[in-house]
Amino acid sequence: MALNRKIAYIDLTTGEIDIKPIPLKLRELYLGGRGLDVYLLYNHLRAGVDALSSENVLLVSAGILVGTLASASTRTHVAAKSPLTGFIGSSNMGGFFAPELRWAGFDHLVIKGKAEKPVYLWINNGKIEIRNAENIWGEGTYNTQTAIREELSDDEVQIMCIGPAGEKLVRFANVRTGYKNSGGRTGMGAVLGSKNLKAIAVRGTMDINIKYPDKALEYNKKIIDRITSTKFCQIMQKWGTMFIYGVTNTTGLVRVNNFQLNQHKFSEDIECESIEKYSVGTAGCFGCQIHCRGKYVIRTGSYAGTYSEGPEYTSQGAFGAEVGCRNMETILIGNHLVNDYGLDTLETGSLIAWAMELYENGIITDRDTDGIKLRFGNDNAVIEMIHKIAKREGFGDVLAEGPVRAIGKIGKESERYCIHVKGMSNLHSDERATPSLALGIATASRGSDHLRSRPAIDLYHLPLELLKKIYCQPTPYDGPLSSDYRDYTGKARMVQWQEMCYEAVDCLGVCKYHTIFLSPNLMNFEDFSNFLFYNTGLKIEPEKIWEVADRAYTLERLFNIREGLTRKDDWLPDRYFDEPTPLGLDIVKGKKIDRKKFKKMLDEYYELHGWDENGVPTAEILEKLSLDKEPTHIL
Amino acid sequence: MAKMIVVDHIKCTGCRNCELVCSVRNTGASNPSRARINVIKWESEGFYFPMLCQQCQNPACMAVCPKDAISKDDNLGRVVIDYNLCIGCQLCVAACPFGCMSVDTVENRVIKCELCDGDPECVKFCDSKAIDYIEADIVTLKKKRAAIEKFSELMKRLA
Repeated sequence: MALNRKIAYIDLTTGEIDIKPIPLKLRELYLGGRGLDVYLLYNHLRAGVDALSSENVLLVSAGILVGTLASASTRTHVAAKSPLTGFIGSSNMGGFFAPELRWAGFDHLVIKGKAEKPVYLWINNGKIEIRNAENIWGEGTYNTQTAIREELSDDEVQIMCIGPAGEKLVRFANVRTGYKNSGGRTGMGAVLGSKNLKAIAVRGTMDINIKYPDKALEYNKKIIDRITSTKFCQIMQKWGTMFIYGVTNTTGLVRVNNFQLNQHKFSEDIECESIEKYSVGTAGCFGCQIHCRGKYVIRTGSYAGTYSEGPEYTSQGAFGAEVGCRNMETILIGNHLVNDYGLDTLETGSLIAWAMELYENGIITDRDTDGIKLRFGNDNAVIEMIHKIAKREGFGDVLAEGPVRAIGKIGKESERYCIHVKGMSNLHSDERATPSLALGIATASRGSDHLRSRPAIDLYHLPLELLKKIYCQPTPYDGPLSSDYRDYTGKARMVQWQEMCYEAVDCLGVCKYHTIFLSPNLMNFEDFSNFLFYNTGLKIEPEKIWEVADRAYTLERLFNIREGLTRKDDWLPDRYFDEPTPLGLDIVKGKKIDRKKFKKMLDEYYELHGWDENGVPTAEILEKLSLDKEPTHIL
Repeated sequence: MAKMIVVDHIKCTGCRNCELVCSVRNTGASNPSRARINVIKWESEGFYFPMLCQQCQNPACMAVCPKDAISKDDNLGRVVIDYNLCIGCQLCVAACPFGCMSVDTVENRVIKCELCDGDPECVKFCDSKAIDYIEADIVTLKKKRAAIEKFSELMKRLA
């Protein structure tokens, strides 16, 4: 059944492989995926190790519902100590890797040590082999996957791999699977690189027995009909996340020229409609009807004829407005290159945008940038910097170190311009008019991020009744809520609720787009509970799933605290408080975050979590969540 | 008139939900290697094609079966296996030009799409309608209409 998948401990230094079952008790406490990953990380990693040393522990996993009849049950989770932030490293991706890992018999891989020479793992129906990867070391992520499939003579093998950026230990190198999917954030690719691990290839033909097949089919169909009937789904099916840009830019919620403006004058050049002449359709991840992955062909220039997938909303900012560019082909080429090199598109674009503001302000000059004119709107400079970062050449070597270390190299005066939290750059979104979104990026466990807790539906001005229906369950909440996204009232609860929702989703292994993220009508805790029961037989009530999420999130907090995190790390860059937004709709223009109100909101957020005023979980909450004895070393 | 499965590969998003629901419906387990349908992909070109039994007029599998275990069911327009007669020689697997007579390695027997007795699960779950199950005459009429649509529009403009 879906619960009999195993855990494998792989020591790359000694070559030892140990395979064990996963106790039901741990399933009930953490489900799987991201939840069980943080348990394993907390139990297996010594505090304070260098994230790029052989002592770091890499976790690769599938959520507990992956491969089953839960909607888009496709997600792979990757975790380790982050070489970018020094806190929790955690990244989640779609595609077809995780279902294949389960069909091959495994749910969790715990990878330790460092291989002497480049290797890849070959996992096939319960067996794991460490194979030589010297011939593919240096290859991009597309060629790597083709080469492994050729070597194994099997087109159906699914592969997770790194590109040259991961090999060069770029601190925000990602892991990739297929043409489109990336475990983008927190530098998990660099951890693979530091272990000389080029890829993990999986293939399996083992049953995942569905507990109640007829019921599971019926419930899945019901949810699919619910999802596909939403406007959100219909728009995503056509444009993917690129559709978001027009709305957020019109309102004034995007970063332009790093953080100088909050609206792009030439946005129509890079809005979703401009993909049309390059688009060759859309693709879906495993079991997904939203199929938001764009497929495109670059039409002109030196990349003419190149097929690629994407770009997402993130890349529209990263190689568009954030760096002051207005050329769709720059976005398409940039997206293709970061995917091939295995770089996080978001971090790459944000750091280039930061460097451009430094250059325009004279804080860095041609001498620092190897002569590259890092001016906003210089398309060639953007593309050139992508190459240099991935190869760690010249100034690229500075940016490849990520925000905190790059600030250290460039100098203190550069710090003010860098839009990061906990050492990870922010999305190209401007949260000065949206306190709930601001609180989300300030508190997210892996650093500034929109996929940890963003209450995106706060932007819809939903009626209070609907907000109550969503945010006052499955745990009780009788505090205030507000439909106004500029408000500070009740926003801490919205952030906490979304945090628990996304954590639950990451433990289950389904996609966030099928839940209450961008549409209020999609799956929630009750649906998670039903999916779990019909597919696995595990009967876990909605409020207990919340508790699992709370436990896993709190353990991430404990992990971060063990690595030195304090309250001051849950804070925004000064510019959010000091510089009002210059553009946007009237209700957005002139907005900045109020320090006092933000502090109060942060206090509320801690209180909702049962953390003290320093953001440290109290003994009481640890006991309630059965975390008081961690690490327990059950696995 | 019997219905038939129609594949429109342009609409296929490659999500493989058809493989999932097919294997669950027919085996109770999620396992694409036991599905009667498989999406064949050329990933580097973004080209996907769902492959399943074509329910041939003159089935090669039926022709080579030494025990006459494979027959046509004109009522549902399908080719079916009688497992009481099948000896598992797998000559049908060798004969099928499409690879759509497969082997279920768990139950150790040959398997093929039998249209879920007239209510194909894959079709129900294919939201993009890359696979459909419709009357055979309508299939070709629809294709005729689509093929000539440009011409018809041109005529309207000239009129």
